Amino acid sequence: MGMWVFLITEIMFFGGMFTAYMVYRYMYYQAFVAGSEKMDFWWGTINTVVLICSSLTMALAVRSSQIGQRKALVVLLIITMLFGCVFMGIKAIEYTGHWKEHQFPGTNFHFEGPDPQHVEIFFSLYWAMTGFHALHMLIGIIIVGVIAFYSWRGKYGPDYYNPVENVGLYWHFVDMVWIYLYPLLYLISHKHGG
Amino acid sequence: MATSPTPAAERENYLNTEYGIRSWLLTTDHKRIALLYLLLITFFFFIGGFFALLIRLELLTPAGDLVQADTYNKLFTMHGQVMVFFFLIPAIPAVLGNFLIPIMIGAKDLAFPRINLFSWYLLVIGGLLMMYTILTGGADTGWTFYPPFSTAFAKSQVVTAALAIFVAGFSSILTGLNFIVTIHRMRAPGMTWSRLPLFVWANYATSIIQVLGTPVLAITLMLVALDRLFDFGIFDPQRGGDPLLFQHLFWFYSHPAVYIMILPGMGVVSEVVSCFSRKRIFGYKFMALALIAIAVLGFLVWAHHMFVAGISLYAALVFSLLSYLVAVPSAIKVFNWTATMYKGSISYATPMLYAFGFIGLFTMGGLTGLFLAALGVDVHVTDTYFVIAHFHYIMVGGMVMAYIGGLHFWWPKISGRMYPEAWGKLAALIIFVGFNLTFFPQFVLGYLGMPRRYWQYSPEFQVLNVLSTAGATILAVGYVLPMVYFLWSMRYGKVADENPWGAAGLEWMTASPPPIFNFDETPVVTWEAYDYANLKEVAVEP
Repeated sequence: MGMWVFLITEIMFFGGMFTAYMVYRYMYYQAFVAGSEKMDFWWGTINTVVLICSSLTMALAVRSSQIGQRKALVVLLIITMLFGCVFMGIKAIEYTGHWKEHQFPGTNFHFEGPDPQHVEIFFSLYWAMTGFHALHMLIGIIIVGVIAFYSWRGKYGPDYYNPVENVGLYWHFVDMVWIYLYPLLYLISHKHGG
Repeated sequence: MATSPTPAAERENYLNTEYGIRSWLLTTDHKRIALLYLLLITFFFFIGGFFALLIRLELLTPAGDLVQADTYNKLFTMHGQVMVFFFLIPAIPAVLGNFLIPIMIGAKDLAFPRINLFSWYLLVIGGLLMMYTILTGGADTGWTFYPPFSTAFAKSQVVTAALAIFVAGFSSILTGLNFIVTIHRMRAPGMTWSRLPLFVWANYATSIIQVLGTPVLAITLMLVALDRLFDFGIFDPQRGGDPLLFQHLFWFYSHPAVYIMILPGMGVVSEVVSCFSRKRIFGYKFMALALIAIAVLGFLVWAHHMFVAGISLYAALVFSLLSYLVAVPSAIKVFNWTATMYKGSISYATPMLYAFGFIGLFTMGGLTGLFLAALGVDVHVTDTYFVIAHFHYIMVGGMVMAYIGGLHFWWPKISGRMYPEAWGKLAALIIFVGFNLTFFPQFVLGYLGMPRRYWQYSPEFQVLNVLSTAGATILAVGYVLPMVYFLWSMRYGKVADENPWGAAGLEWMTASPPPIFNFDETPVVTWEAYDYANLKEVAVEP
């Protein structure tokens, strides 16, 4: 129950940023379209698939702990971590690209096209929202690692798998946040083939 | 009790089970953690009070002659931030709630004892960050952090202040989480929801607000920090940012925050009034529902802080109406406390004096809230001393009185000793007089037009300001007294037995101070709450 309550607080936490996003998107829709076009569609899509797969392996890991399959549990947790690392790696590539293109807000920001200051707001939200998401991913990867270690030591089984379940809940939550972020940031007015 | 009680020192209890600083700093016992919190927030109360004294000193004279204008801005900002986030928000839940909730529901501890300790450390870390902020000059944005001043123009320690509050916020969230799970999952057999003491209901409602509202403050402060550190411009009007968005996000937490502060106080008052009227609380169901109603409605009124900020008239109308609505459950509570006292057998012990003070002063503060919720009146008195008087009546006249009254009521349980009753009554009187002298003139000042947050003022306001400052010094004396005699009582106070007040509630059915795991045997509850008519003493051997 405690983990569910904690996740509710996380919904409120990210909710603040989603609210800001909604307000500014309503006010500056065209600027948001322009900003979204600068997102790398393929990296974002691959990352979404990566996270969904990681949620699958996480769910399978929880199942393994429930039926006492220690080896499968450890392997699945490690694969989950690997997927998480892939996600972080792709984000690093994306961030580097955005940075080089002067798409980080502040004095270095530069955008060719109408309404650059409103596009800057889009990017502020992009960096803030994906940044906090990435921070949560990082914490998640570390915690999954800790759980993997304890699993390897044989701490979890059918009579005690609570921590694995709870970490699974957290992981699924972080995945869900990305599921919302992806269309809001990458797919605004996206036309197929873009 | 036929025989005199065994002094705590001779019996094993949570205080003497282990000695040494490590046993305190690494404890997971909710009772010890409550005392750790008591020390911490008392320290912050003094810091916040120190700033208040400086403010009142400056306001003795119309001219700005004690400090410079920028410094004055820092004084009221730090006063507000320290008092709100490091004293008011944690006080009753973290001290009294932590200590009492497990005992009141018949449990051995909270659901997550280590998270409880972690919450305390978070407040310590937040506190260290806040002390750093203060020692390096403080923030000057007002406790409300409004951009674009806070993001683009303030040259003060805004980021560290925001960070300090961010960390303290998580202390609050985790405490709330702990309470919710505990109350749901760890009630003793027979302790149904409808038998819970209202103090537990009050902390439950508070915890819901803490869990839902505080994260929004956290992210809002983070956005301000990002704006300042990396020049994001999210709230910069010149780049299309909207300062009003900040205000909406900020007040979405900060209005419910004031209910975080007051609901636990209402819980204390219910316990005290019922005990010293020797009667069950009138309308238990409505009292519990009123707490939940205040928590829920409290989330729907935030924009009444923004009536003159530029929101539309229609929005203002809706929020004004909702603000009137949230007064209804509060009023129900005041009426029910009064009805509890009717035909009760009233005694005037110190905690009851504080409860009386709460009921009267909270009512005054609450009624003036209605003045402010009226759009036309608000235009006249907003951002004046009227608002300051309004919220200090509720927070100081209400919440702080409830807190101190609660400390007195449960002191025998916490320490095993009685405080000196005559001094208790004297301190209560001094606080009551000092409080009214400090803050009543401020209603008048505000109505006459003295703006808040100004370091100098028009000379015709001086007399009222002098009265207010005089009151503040009296109030300070009143606050110091209990600290002195509580400490004195730990060594020299009369030894207390299980139930010195003859009160109802599980906490009074175990030893004073309680054993480490609260009860020698898990109680089985077969009676309703506040069963004063048939007060059973379940013999729990000390």
